[in-house]
Amino acid sequence: MLIKTGSDILSSEITDRAFFESRREFIKAATVLSAGIMLPSHGYAETGKYVDAPIGPYSAKLQVTGREDVANYTNYYEFSTNKKDSTVLAKALQTQPWTVEVVGETEKPGGYNLEDILKDNPVQERIYRFRCVEAWSMVVPWIGFPLGEMLKRFKPTSKAKFVEFTTLYSPEIMVGQRSSVLDWPYVEGLRIDEAMHPLAMMVTGMYGDELPNQNGAPLRLIVPWKYGFKSIKAIVKIRFVENMPETAWHKSAPGEYGFYANVNPEVPHPRWSQSRERVLGSSIFTPKRDTEKFNGYGEEVAALYSGMDLTQHF
Amino acid sequence: MLLDKKSWAVIKIIVFLLGLTPFLLLVNDGINDRLGANPIETLHFSFGDWALRFLCIGLALTPIKAITKQGWPTRFRRMMGLYAFFYASLHLLVFIVLDLSLSWEAFKDEVPKSPYILMGLLTYSLLLPLAVTSTKNMQKRLGRNWIKLHKLVYVAGVTALIHYFWLVKKDYTEPLIYAGVIGVLLGIRVIVYYRKKVNILNFQS
Repeated sequence: MLIKTGSDILSSEITDRAFFESRREFIKAATVLSAGIMLPSHGYAETGKYVDAPIGPYSAKLQVTGREDVANYTNYYEFSTNKKDSTVLAKALQTQPWTVEVVGETEKPGGYNLEDILKDNPVQERIYRFRCVEAWSMVVPWIGFPLGEMLKRFKPTSKAKFVEFTTLYSPEIMVGQRSSVLDWPYVEGLRIDEAMHPLAMMVTGMYGDELPNQNGAPLRLIVPWKYGFKSIKAIVKIRFVENMPETAWHKSAPGEYGFYANVNPEVPHPRWSQSRERVLGSSIFTPKRDTEKFNGYGEEVAALYSGMDLTQHF
Repeated sequence: MLLDKKSWAVIKIIVFLLGLTPFLLLVNDGINDRLGANPIETLHFSFGDWALRFLCIGLALTPIKAITKQGWPTRFRRMMGLYAFFYASLHLLVFIVLDLSLSWEAFKDEVPKSPYILMGLLTYSLLLPLAVTSTKNMQKRLGRNWIKLHKLVYVAGVTALIHYFWLVKKDYTEPLIYAGVIGVLLGIRVIVYYRKKVNILNFQS
């Protein structure tokens, strides 16, 4: 697939309607062009549930990664440490009905039905870069809504300095949870100002359709300026807390994975460089792309970390 | 096994083709776009896995010879060793040509930051002289030193394992399996070595 590596993220730019209309045609054309190296089923679903979702702000004009690549290359340790196996294993997950428990420093604690959450939070599409800590990346058209808008409806109290997310714990179905590769359930967190940042998204779909189970259905987080492991999947609990929550990967290897986990080419992982990333879907002869600080979203989010030493708070 | 020269030649060709099969299958997968979302990683990991597998097979032949009390296993030692080297070379080649895109700048940045890559390069540098001196001619020329030199394969087995352990993010299942296999194969040699020593001591006293 031809990846426009030269194009900068115009993330502050609201994608215009004409581009939205033309995009599907463009993707079709790109698919035909690269048919020799790509599976034929790439691109958008024609009849997806969210095919008419409007384009939201911050959506970048980027060449989207093929859907099949995004759907068959997932780090979902709840099912498997193999990126392909989770596609099959996650089929067993029942995502309806789905309740999200909201607890902690909030004026409106309780169990919220996902359907009700979606009624209050209309979805939109945003094309974001997704950068894994393993130094590969993709560009995904996510369907979802701003995380902050949802959190505000739960009326966090002034004590809510952080927000913690928890993945479903169900070892009968999530067979990976039977092994102790991580301390289950998976927990992630954001500082409240990070969570309220309009770039942070709650995601329920991708490529104009519902989220495949292996990609975190029915509800996942997407924080595009952070490494992928922050973007927790299959969320069942949201807790507002005063102190920084302990998160799964940090707990597992505190020297390797920090709480912030902002994409940063200047701070290598202790065992590998973060200067470059392999863009999935590109030809095997395409060189890796230079990783951008905050995954290219620095203009929007750098201010959140002003005065902080990012080599310490990695 | 009592087989004539011709039969052995046929068997060797069959084993040779079997050894080449993983490579051919991967090339076929590549041509047909079946290498998944990250083809470079698939090639890189597969070649690495096969290098390690042939190393294990090569290390297993001498113990098999001792257990079965038959000579045939050692007939395949050179070929298995060379296949380990062949797949290790492809593994390295994918890293340099495809992953780093032959960029010296990327090499300078990425290699020093990755102890596991350094360990991989060390392993390859241990295998290289073994492959170069694998011919019958070199074997004759080096005499007793050839045997000493080729003991480096034990070191390469250990460094290959360290290379694998250091690169894994969290799930150690696969490197642990290889560590078990190589541990047994090297362990047998340690036991045999000490038994011989004890026997010699007994004989002397």
